[in-house]
Amino acid sequence: MSIHSHTTRALGAALLVAAAASMLAAQGARRASILIRNGTVLTVTRGTLQNTDVLVENGKIARIGQNLSAPAGVEVYDATGKYVMPGIIDPHSHMMMDGINEGSLSVTSMTRVHDVLNPTAPNIYRAVAGGVTMVNLLHGSANTIGGQSATVKLKVGRSTAEMLVPNAPPGIKFALGENVTRKNRANFPGAPPPRYPTSRMGQEEIIRDAFTRARAYKAEWDAYRAQPSGRNAPAAIAPRRDLELEPLVEILDGRRFIHAHTYRADETLMLLELAAEFGFKVRTLQHALEAYKIAPEIREAGAGMSTFADSWSYKIEAFDAIPHNVAITVRNGVVSTINSDSDERIRRLNIDAAKMMRYGGLTEDEALATITINGAWQVGLEARTGSIEVGKDADIGIWNGHPFSVYSRVERTIIDGETYFDRAQDAAARAAMATERAELERAEPNQAPAPRGGPGGRPGASIGGNR
Amino acid sequence: MSRQPKFLHSIIAALGLSGAAILPPADAAAQLGSPNPLPGAQGTFAIRNARIVPVSGPEIAGGTLVISGGRIAAVGANVAVPPDAHVIDGTGLSVYPGMMDAATQMGLAEITQGATPTMDNTEVGSFNPNAIAYYAMNPHNSHVGVTRVVGVTHVLSRPSSGVIAGQGTLANLAGWTPAAMTIRQKAALIVSLPRAGGGGFGFAAQFGGGGGGPNAAAAQRQREAQLDSLRAMLADAKAYDQAMNAASRDRALPRPTPDVRLAALVPYVKGELPVIFEADLAADIRTAVEFAGTEGLKAIILGGRDALTVADLLKEKDVPVIFTRLRQMPPREDDPYDVYFSMPGQLAAAGVRFAISTGNNGAQVRDLPSMAGMAAAFGLSRDDALRSVTLWPAQIFGLADRFGTLEAGKVANVVVTDGDLLEARTLVKHLFIDGRLVPLDTRHTVLYETHKDRR
Repeated sequence: MSIHSHTTRALGAALLVAAAASMLAAQGARRASILIRNGTVLTVTRGTLQNTDVLVENGKIARIGQNLSAPAGVEVYDATGKYVMPGIIDPHSHMMMDGINEGSLSVTSMTRVHDVLNPTAPNIYRAVAGGVTMVNLLHGSANTIGGQSATVKLKVGRSTAEMLVPNAPPGIKFALGENVTRKNRANFPGAPPPRYPTSRMGQEEIIRDAFTRARAYKAEWDAYRAQPSGRNAPAAIAPRRDLELEPLVEILDGRRFIHAHTYRADETLMLLELAAEFGFKVRTLQHALEAYKIAPEIREAGAGMSTFADSWSYKIEAFDAIPHNVAITVRNGVVSTINSDSDERIRRLNIDAAKMMRYGGLTEDEALATITINGAWQVGLEARTGSIEVGKDADIGIWNGHPFSVYSRVERTIIDGETYFDRAQDAAARAAMATERAELERAEPNQAPAPRGGPGGRPGASIGGNR
Repeated sequence: MSRQPKFLHSIIAALGLSGAAILPPADAAAQLGSPNPLPGAQGTFAIRNARIVPVSGPEIAGGTLVISGGRIAAVGANVAVPPDAHVIDGTGLSVYPGMMDAATQMGLAEITQGATPTMDNTEVGSFNPNAIAYYAMNPHNSHVGVTRVVGVTHVLSRPSSGVIAGQGTLANLAGWTPAAMTIRQKAALIVSLPRAGGGGFGFAAQFGGGGGGPNAAAAQRQREAQLDSLRAMLADAKAYDQAMNAASRDRALPRPTPDVRLAALVPYVKGELPVIFEADLAADIRTAVEFAGTEGLKAIILGGRDALTVADLLKEKDVPVIFTRLRQMPPREDDPYDVYFSMPGQLAAAGVRFAISTGNNGAQVRDLPSMAGMAAAFGLSRDDALRSVTLWPAQIFGLADRFGTLEAGKVANVVVTDGDLLEARTLVKHLFIDGRLVPLDTRHTVLYETHKDRR
C-alpha cells in the first residue's frame, strides 16, 4: 500500500470519528436526561435507598423515588441489582497537566494550571472508568507558594473549556516540607540546585514575606478604590497590577482557596498559625499525613484535610503516616477526603475509601463521604455536586456491586447527566479498535525499514547495520 | 530514624515477650511501643464453629480447625477439640490460609526516598549471585508488622539490581531473628535480562525506535554482551561443580579454588532451585524462557506484563508467572482501560500458571488482597483470586506441601477474619504464623492509640 492511500484512509477514519462526536454533541440535551431505575442508591447525605429510581433531566437530578416514569425519548437504565452513587471526586490530581511544577521561584502564584491542560489525555477516560467525575487539579509541590489550581469535570472528548467547572471557586497550591527543601533528593543525580528555602524556617519566612507584600498591595488598591469617583473626581492613577500578589489578595479577601501540601504536624501548625495571624483560611491540608496528631487544631482553624488512604514510608516525612489518619480527623469534625495524586490510583478510590472502615471504623456513609461530598466541599461545590439529591448536578456512578467491594466495577459514569463511560459500549468497541489497529500495523508506512545487510525482517536484528 | 520514638526497641527488649499463648486485649495493649510484637509460643489452639475456607476444597460451615506444634493438626466439620487447646470462638468468623506475596523486598527496604541508609535491596555490580536477602532482612522493619495484620503471612523477599541481583529468601512475617522467620534461605536466583531495545514485540517495538536506529542497535549489542556474560558465568558454575565433584571422588585431581559466587549458582544451574527472570515485554519473556531452556534452568517470570501475548509458550514450557502489573497503567493509548485488571482472568483461561503479587518493596505489600480481589472484578473467578495469593505462589516455589491451604500437616499460617479475606473492609481478628498467635499491634496501631483520644 502506498503512503498516500494509507494517509487517505486514516484521514477518513478520523473524519468518521469527528462526525460521530458532533452527532453526539447535537444529541447533548436529550442525552443529559436518563431514568436510572430500581437501584440501590447511596445518596451519601440522605442514607441508602433500596429499589429506588433516580430521574435525571437536563443534567440535573430531577426526582428520586419509586416507580418514576421517564419523559418521552429519555433512556431508561435498569439498575436492578446495581448500586448508584455520586461520582467520585478527587481533591488532589495532576491529570491532563502538561506541566506540574514551575519550581524556579519560591512563589509562583502567577502561574495557572488551566493554561497547561490537555483535554485529550488518555488517563481521563481511565479515571472515569473508575467512577470519577470531578478532580481538583493542583500545581506541584516544588515551592512554598505554587500556582493556581483548576477544578474540572472529566468530560472525556470535550474541550478544556467544557471541562472547567463554571464559577468554581478558584484555588492555589501551597507546599511545605521535604519536597520544597529538596533534602529528600539531595543525593540523586540530576537533583535540582539548592534554592531558598532549604529549611522549614525559610518556608515560614517565604509565606510571611509574600503576605506582607500582598497586604501592602491590597492597601494600595483599597486606597485607589476609596477615591471618590464621578465626573468631578480628581484623577487617580491605578496601582500597577502585580500578577504574583493578586491571587494572594484574593486569599486575604476569602475569595481563593489554599490547598496546602503538608506532611509533618509542626509545619502544618506553622501554616495555620500564620493564617490566623494574617486573617486568612486554609481550605485543605493536602496529604497531611500527620493530621491525626493535631486534629483539634485543624478543626479549630476550619481547614479540611485530604490524604492518602494508606500510603506511607516512601520518605522520612511519611514514616509516621497511619491509615487511621482519616478516622481521627473525622471524629474531630474535620472535613476529610481520600485523594489519589496519581492517574493510577485515581482508578480505585472506592477501594481506598473502603479501607477507612477497616482502619478506625468509619461508618459506610462517612467513608463514602471521603470520596464524594467532602471533596465537593473542599473545592467549594458542595451545593452543586457530591451527593445524590434533587437539584444537584447529575454526577453519578452506577456499579455492578457495592462500590466498597473489591469485586465490583463501574458499569456507567454520568457527568452532568451525560454518559462518559459505559462498560457495555467500551466492550463493544474493542473489536473495532483491534481491527483498526491491526490494519494500521500492516500498513506500509508503519513497517520498519528492511534491515541493511542482514537476513530476516525483524527490526533490531541488524546489529551490524549502523556501525 | 529520628522521628521514630527511640525507646521502642528497649521496650521490646524489656518486655521479653513470650509464654502466654493467647494474648487477651489487655496483654496486647501492654505491648504498645513495639512495632512488631513477638509472636507467642507454638501452643495448641482450636478455632471452633467458624466458616473455614481451606482453598484445597469446598468451604466448611461451622467447622473446627486445630493447630498444634506449629502445624495444622485437623480441619473439618466434626473435629474433636483437644482438652489442652486454647479455644477461639469462630462464630461469625472465617478462617483462611495465610496469603503469600511472591515478589517483595520485605525487610530489605524501609524508607525509599531521602533515607538511602534504610535501603539494602540493591548491590553494586551486575553479577552478584551470592547476595542473599536473608542477610539484610530486618525482622523489626515496620513493614513486616503492618503487612501481616491484613493476612499476608509469608513472602519472598528479593534483591533487585544488575543482571544477577542475588538470591531471594522465603520468610514468615513473624520471628525475632531472620533465622526464626526463614522458610527457605536460598529460594530463588533473581535475574534481570537487559530489556529488548529494538525487539519485534511490545511497547519498545512500537515507540522505542523499533526501526533499528543507532540507539536500538547499541542496546541490542549491550544486551547480547550481557547475555554472553551470563552464559559464561553459568557455564563456569557448571564446570566448577563438575570439578569439585570430580576432586571429591578422586583425590589425585586438583581441587578448584573455592569461589562463593560460582558455588552459589550450582543449585540453580542444576535446575534444583528456580531462577526468577524479571521480564515484562513479550520479547524479553520469550528470551528468558528460551534462555532457561537452553541452560537447563527452572524459570519463573516476574512482572509478566505481556504474559498473555506469549501464553502458549508459557503453557507449553510450564513456566509460571509472578504477575505484578495488575495496577500498571495501560501502556498504549488504545489499550482497554482494564488491560491489566483483566489479565489474571485471561491468563487463567489460557492455562498459564501464575501468582498475583504487589511487586512492592514493603510498605504497600498489604495491598495484596485487594489486588487479587480486583482481578476477580475483571474476570478471574473469586476462588482463583484466592488461590492466586495462597496456593499458587506456594506451588510455584515448591512449597505447596507445607503452605497455601488449610490441610492437616501444613504449617499453621492461619488467618481468622470477620469477612471475605480479599475485601478491603475486612478485619483480621486472629493471626497465626508458624503455629504461633501473633499480636495485631503494629507501628500504625501504636501511633493510632497514642493520638486518637487527644482533644
